[in-house]
Amino acid sequence: MTLWFWIIVACVVGFLTKLVGYLVPRKWLENPRVARVAGTLTIGLLASLTLANTVATGQQLVLDSRLGALVAAAVALWLKAPFLVVVIVGAAAAAGLRLLGLP
Amino acid sequence: MSTPLRQSPGARVGLSIAVATGLYGISFGALSVASGLDVWQTQALSLLLFSGGSQFAFIGVIAGGGTPVAAASAAALLGIRNAVYGMQMNVLLHPTGWRRPAAAHVTIDESLATSTGQTDPVEQTRGFWVAGVGIFVLWNLFTLVGALAGDALGDPKQWGLDGAAVAAFLALLWPRLRSREAAAIAVVSALATILAVPFVPPGVPILVAAVVAAAIGWFGYRSGSEGEGLEPDIDPYPRSDGSDRTAAS
Repeated sequence: MTLWFWIIVACVVGFLTKLVGYLVPRKWLENPRVARVAGTLTIGLLASLTLANTVATGQQLVLDSRLGALVAAAVALWLKAPFLVVVIVGAAAAAGLRLLGLP
Repeated sequence: MSTPLRQSPGARVGLSIAVATGLYGISFGALSVASGLDVWQTQALSLLLFSGGSQFAFIGVIAGGGTPVAAASAAALLGIRNAVYGMQMNVLLHPTGWRRPAAAHVTIDESLATSTGQTDPVEQTRGFWVAGVGIFVLWNLFTLVGALAGDALGDPKQWGLDGAAVAAFLALLWPRLRSREAAAIAVVSALATILAVPFVPPGVPILVAAVVAAAIGWFGYRSGSEGEGLEPDIDPYPRSDGSDRTAAS
C-alpha cells in the first residue's frame, strides 16, 4: 500500500510540475539559471541512475554482468541504434555473460 | 494558408515519433514488473505520470532496493525539466479551458521537440498534439504489452532485464551529452553516486547526485549554455541539413 501511495504522489507531483509551466509567469522560468539547473539536474539524475543500476546491489558495489550490458549499450548507441535495440542489446549482453558463468 | 492535415509536416513527424517512442513502452512495462511493481501499478505510472525519464527513474530506484519515497523523489526531480518545456509550449499554444491540463499532461521531451522543430504556428500546434496524444496512446498500449510479457517471463535476471535497465538509462542520457560540459556533469554525478552507495540507503545516492548536479548548474551557470541537458530523448529531426538542431533551446 505504501508503494501505491508513493506512485500516486509521484503522478500528482509530475502532473503539477508540467502544469506549472503553463501557469506561472513567463519571467520566472525564463530565468536562465532555473533553465540551466533543470538541464544539469536531468543529466546528473540519468547518469546517476545508469551507474547505480550498473554497480550497486543494495549498499554494496559489485562488478557483474551488468557492466557488460553497459559497455554493449554504449557501443550500440555509438552505432546510432534506436532506443529499443539498445535495450535489447543490454539485456542480451547481461543474459549472455550469465550463460558464460559470470555473476 | 495551412496545408491539409494529411500533408501536414508537423503531424507526419509527430506520428513517426509517436510510433518510435510508443514502442519502447514495451521495455518500460517489462522492466517495471521485473522491479517488483504489479501490472496495475505499472499501468498507473504510464497513464498518470506519463514521462519516460521519471517513470524509469521510479522503477530504477525500486529495482535497486530503494524506498518508494526515494523513488518518488527521483521521479519528481527528473520531471522538473517538464515545467520549462511547459513554459515554452504555453508561449506557442496558449491553451485555454480543458486544453490546458490536457496539453500539460502530454508535455514531454518528444512533443516539445516535434513542435519547436516546426516554424509555422499551425504546424507547431499539430506537431505537439499529434506527438503528445499519439505517444500517450501507444506508450500506454505497449506498457501493458510489456508488463504482461514481463509477468510471464519468470526470473528477470536470466533474461538480462537488469542489463536492459542499465541500457535504458544510458540511452536516455546519451542524446543529452552533446557538449564536453554535459559529459563532465555526467561523470561527476556518476562518481558521486558510486562514492555514496556504501554509506547511505539504496536510492539515496541518486538524490545525492541530483544535489551535486543542481549545484553545478546553479553556481556555474555563467560558464555554460543555458539549455544544457534540455534535449529530447529522441530527435524528431535528424540532422539531414547538416546544421545543429536548436529545438529545445
